[in-house]
Amino acid sequence: MINRLGSALPVAAVLLALVAVWYPVAMWMNHDAAASLADEGASAGDVWRSTLSLDRPLLPAPHQVAGEILDELSGYPVSSPRSLVFHAGVTAGAALCGFAIAVVLGTALAVGIVHARTLDRSLMPWVIASQTVPVLAIAPMVIVVLGHAGLTGLWPKALIAGWLSFFPITTAMVTGLRAPDPMQRDLMRTYAASGVQVFTQLRWPASMAFLFPALKVAGALALVGAIVAELPTGAQAGLGARLLAGSYYGQTLQIWAALFTAGALAMLATGVVALAQAGLARAWGGRL
Amino acid sequence: MGRAAVTTLLLFGVLAGGGGLLWRLARGRRAAARIGPPVLFGLLLLAAWQVACIGYGVPGVLLPPPSAIAWAFATHLPTLGVDWVQTVLRAVLPGYAIGCAAGLCAAIALDRSDFLRRGVMPLGSLAAAMPIVGIAPIMVMWFGFDWPSKAAVVAVMTFFPTLVQATAGLAAAGAVERDLMRGYGAGYLATLLRLRLPAAVPFLFVALKLNATLALIGAIVAEFFGTPVVGMGFRISTEATRMNLDLVWAEIVLASLTGTLAFAALSLLERRVAFWHPSFR
Repeated sequence: MINRLGSALPVAAVLLALVAVWYPVAMWMNHDAAASLADEGASAGDVWRSTLSLDRPLLPAPHQVAGEILDELSGYPVSSPRSLVFHAGVTAGAALCGFAIAVVLGTALAVGIVHARTLDRSLMPWVIASQTVPVLAIAPMVIVVLGHAGLTGLWPKALIAGWLSFFPITTAMVTGLRAPDPMQRDLMRTYAASGVQVFTQLRWPASMAFLFPALKVAGALALVGAIVAELPTGAQAGLGARLLAGSYYGQTLQIWAALFTAGALAMLATGVVALAQAGLARAWGGRL
Repeated sequence: MGRAAVTTLLLFGVLAGGGGLLWRLARGRRAAARIGPPVLFGLLLLAAWQVACIGYGVPGVLLPPPSAIAWAFATHLPTLGVDWVQTVLRAVLPGYAIGCAAGLCAAIALDRSDFLRRGVMPLGSLAAAMPIVGIAPIMVMWFGFDWPSKAAVVAVMTFFPTLVQATAGLAAAGAVERDLMRGYGAGYLATLLRLRLPAAVPFLFVALKLNATLALIGAIVAEFFGTPVVGMGFRISTEATRMNLDLVWAEIVLASLTGTLAFAALSLLERRVAFWHPSFR
């Protein structure tokens, strides 16, 4: 906690410096566009002032991005395809479903790998190999093929998000379930504990310290997966679609708003995992 | 007996026979038990894939059999080569070099000020959780459709992991070693070059290996946002919509191969450079 408080001031200073640099850079980058748009005979001062209020700036100023986000968040009903809440919800839903698949599948795989030597020897290398397949690169094909097979909407995206995020969970759980040292396992044996008891009372609790950092990584990956999976669907809904549509039509403000919203979602996911970890630690009366 | 029934029987035969062999191999204690199962499992998967595709008559637009992918790889070699040059040599390599070098330089610069380091590091780890590929449309707007915008995305993506790892690495040299350097009368630069940078090398390789796959995927995804009519990401997205799945799979095989080889090369280099590290002794 002391550590966190100790870095609050430096972080704030760095962020402030970032904003302070952002404004002059934005003015400089937007100057050409502003000059070409300005009225005949506009003074140099007017041109410089207009660099921060362009409709399609090369680099929007922070207050423009904030205004655009507020506008898109509150300006339209939640169900409207112009509402940022709608798009963020679509992306978050797909990421969350994929995340759930990854947690269940990743944990089940890890339990199998830890308990069966054949699975360990034959499956683990392929769990690793599955990650050499650039899943994000396959995303368009998976979406197109599943769409061809009649599967559209949330689940193809969830599938990609899940595939992308199960790996950190599996590797962390394999390490975590193996974390108890031989002495602790011997102790369980002297208690005449059954295999199930060793699992639920020793291995499973020991793995939690490894699970939560992996959940943070997996959450971020699931979000990236969902966003990229939205690109080939023809830009219908979701933050990825907003990025692509903004890119097509040169709507820079829309791109930046979607980008910051995606960042906020990622932070939210990390925060929720941290809260869950703290809650579990409190329930078990200790530290994880 | 119908064709589907024969295929099912054949599949069962392949899986049961292979599974049995796998089981026996994995029980052994010889070197074959280490290498054998994964290779066998892979071959089994390919065989089952091929048999199922042909036997059940899976349409090629859904899932081409491995033989068709291999054929597409062989016949489209010129296309694959051009795409590989565009994506890997023009976009990934410069971006990777710039991103990693900038991350290392930033870490060295930050290292001199404790205040700055405490301010930047939380943001650096936060950036690792961000969907950075999303900046691709902005980079396209700034640097144009061709490879510079992809290289820029790759540079940004590889910057933060390098920064985080290099900072951890620069802190890795022990107090005793630093005191020794001070005892020799070594200044900041000499300590950095002779002690702290070498001590940071294992950490740097973590970032370099992580970034190798990250950079490739970043460049491919960045091409989904607009590109000249060449490049692996461009080919994947356009041929997928044209249902030329065997060529798409060939591109993916190429990407996997490139990523795996880059990873292996970096691992080899790591063994050469950081041979003193406990994990190699």
